[in-house]
Amino acid sequence: MPRSFASRSQVSRRLLLTSAGAASLTAALAACGGSGGSSGSSASAKAVSQADIDKAMTTPTELTFWTWVPNIAKEVALFEKKYPAVKVKVVNAGQGTPQYTKLRTALKAGTGAPDVVQIEYQYIPTFTITDSLLDLRPYGASSLKSQFVDWTWSQVSGSNGEVFAIPQDTGPMGMLYRQDIFDKHGIAVPKTWDEFATAARKLHKADPDVYLTNLAANQAAAWHGLMWQAGAKPYVTSGRSDIAINVDGAVSKKMAAYWGGLAKEGVIGVEPDFSDSWYAALNKGKYATWITAAWGPVFLAGSAKSTAGKWRAAPLPQWDAATPSAGNWGGSTSAVIKATKNPIAAAVFAQFLNSDPASAKLFATEQFFFPATKALLTDASYVGQKPAFYGGQQVNQVFADIGATVNPDFQWPPFLDQVVTDWTETVGKSLADKGDAVAALATWQSRITTYAKNQGFTVKS
Amino acid sequence: MTAATAAPRRESRRGVRPGAAGPLFVAPFMVLFLLLFLAPLVYAAYLSLFQSKLIGGTSFVGLDNYVTALKDPLFLRGVGRVATFFVIQVPLMLVLALLFALALDSGLLRLAKVIRLGIFVPYAVPSVVATLMWGYLYGPSFGPFAQLSDKLGLPAPHFLSDSWMLGSLANIVTWEFVGYNMIILYAALRTIPTELYEAAAMDGAGAWRIAWSIKIPALKPALMLTLLFSVIGSFQLFNEPKLLMNIAPDVIDSAYTANLYAYSLAFTGQQVNYAATVSFLLGLVIVIVSYAVLLTANRRRAS
Repeated sequence: MPRSFASRSQVSRRLLLTSAGAASLTAALAACGGSGGSSGSSASAKAVSQADIDKAMTTPTELTFWTWVPNIAKEVALFEKKYPAVKVKVVNAGQGTPQYTKLRTALKAGTGAPDVVQIEYQYIPTFTITDSLLDLRPYGASSLKSQFVDWTWSQVSGSNGEVFAIPQDTGPMGMLYRQDIFDKHGIAVPKTWDEFATAARKLHKADPDVYLTNLAANQAAAWHGLMWQAGAKPYVTSGRSDIAINVDGAVSKKMAAYWGGLAKEGVIGVEPDFSDSWYAALNKGKYATWITAAWGPVFLAGSAKSTAGKWRAAPLPQWDAATPSAGNWGGSTSAVIKATKNPIAAAVFAQFLNSDPASAKLFATEQFFFPATKALLTDASYVGQKPAFYGGQQVNQVFADIGATVNPDFQWPPFLDQVVTDWTETVGKSLADKGDAVAALATWQSRITTYAKNQGFTVKS
Repeated sequence: MTAATAAPRRESRRGVRPGAAGPLFVAPFMVLFLLLFLAPLVYAAYLSLFQSKLIGGTSFVGLDNYVTALKDPLFLRGVGRVATFFVIQVPLMLVLALLFALALDSGLLRLAKVIRLGIFVPYAVPSVVATLMWGYLYGPSFGPFAQLSDKLGLPAPHFLSDSWMLGSLANIVTWEFVGYNMIILYAALRTIPTELYEAAAMDGAGAWRIAWSIKIPALKPALMLTLLFSVIGSFQLFNEPKLLMNIAPDVIDSAYTANLYAYSLAFTGQQVNYAATVSFLLGLVIVIVSYAVLLTANRRRAS
């Protein structure tokens, strides 16, 4: 009997069961030591003196920085050049959700968390509800406010004016479209969502293999960006334990009826994005537009090479053409973990990385991030670029203009993962199944409400 | 000479009490077993008695979580789904494995080594890679099957649709584990003494008769083993649905299988305590099903 095979399979499968137990272990440990984390909160209101900052920045220190930004070493090198005593250890702990899962486990365990961490805007409340992020005001963060685009600053600010993170890049939403397909079928760039729907029907009728766009049924982030554009206020937190959940309000219903209707008619695609099939579809011209964000143009140029020169950028179609608005999808910040042993060095690093002009510019030129600083968004060498993939259009300028129309009041829930999962299983599913998206909205609302109540929140709607 | 040297050795061996050496040998295993297996298990059981909230912290709730879980439609649906999976996929896989093993053992196949390796290789492919590969093959618009049926003018098969998904998953798992089960059965077949075959041949039994009356009865313990592994494997189905979730999010939800549900509860919903409850109950289900399988097999042997 080949025992080695037998035990291997048994172990690998049993691991799943035990790993749930192991994860729970860390949770309980954290519950015991939870009070330790909040000890710093009383000191946070007072500003740290320049002398203390100078002392900290000349003391040999090593910071751990979790980020999934590729080749960030250049930006880090700028910081280390200015503060030779402080070394930064860059760790890639996974992109997005996997990193947050690791971070949460480390926070609960009380050990192994980084000093500085990359966090997307929408996840900030998920980590402030557990009191895990350091308020950066005492370390001079408030003075940086004027350098950043207004809505990004409100995204990183807490309800009492705390500054929980420094914006790094952004994703104001716009529309990339295939000029050649539009020309072929005599479609003008839609200015309103009504025009967009008309164009969707016209295009699919003219060529059944082509759809005007794909609204991915797995992409809760895009849906939230569109809610943001439409002016919905789905989550409003007040105090720590009160939350108003209103994902099926009038604005959201209008939106669900619109997209659900188009999906039901079969004039738009609803396949999951960033999948093999989706990449193939973009390359083969199955979709005439991609409703995306400011990071989209560079991404598309790398993913749909065969369509070079055929794409152009435009703002999103509007609900009300008289008052153009946009939402945001994506972009990240740098936050400092409250439990850090080196709060000063960590805070200075987070600020330098994103606000130092040379470092911020590197993000735009090396990583092709869409900037969060006002200086870069008016820098002719950046917004004036004319990429050939977009037929020489000044794509960055288009998105810089869109960025100015992003509503600064949009808030995220303190349990985003759950909200996203519930969206995919209700609204997303209804889109994919060509079902009733408005009814799905109500299910989504009730699932989030139940969850929030179970978690001890006082829920208003 | 030899007797003289042997005597004192035997003497000294008798000096150590047999009772003392036993635990010492078992100790390394026991320490690891307690630390890595029992401790987490006990801890999960302990955790399942609490409830922790984002607002309000942790409190003892006794068996409340279990009461909730037993009435939780998502959990029951997940268990029901993997039970269906087990009932359909496992017999299919084991029959295939058995056929392959018998065919290889018959010695009538050409290139037996190549075939054996070919059937076994999928097991060496990590299940993650296997699922990603099959996910691509299943693709509804640009997958090879879809392309082929497009060329033939047929409607594309919907491998990733609601009604096909369980079958598509069963196909992946069968592909992965047929070779593994085949090797176990094949190894068991190789241990059958050849005298039996000779005797059967003398009695005039053909290849089919030998397979039916000698080989398959001799395989019973090995079949039992593969069946037990399959119980555990099926009920803990996780990797495959977790990965296909990315390409079919409308079909596979976060509670598609019981294990996936436990994972989602812990890592998406932050309901670690409830996740522990669900894992514990799932473990219990597996123990019961495994025991039922053993019991029916033993009873059949006794009768």
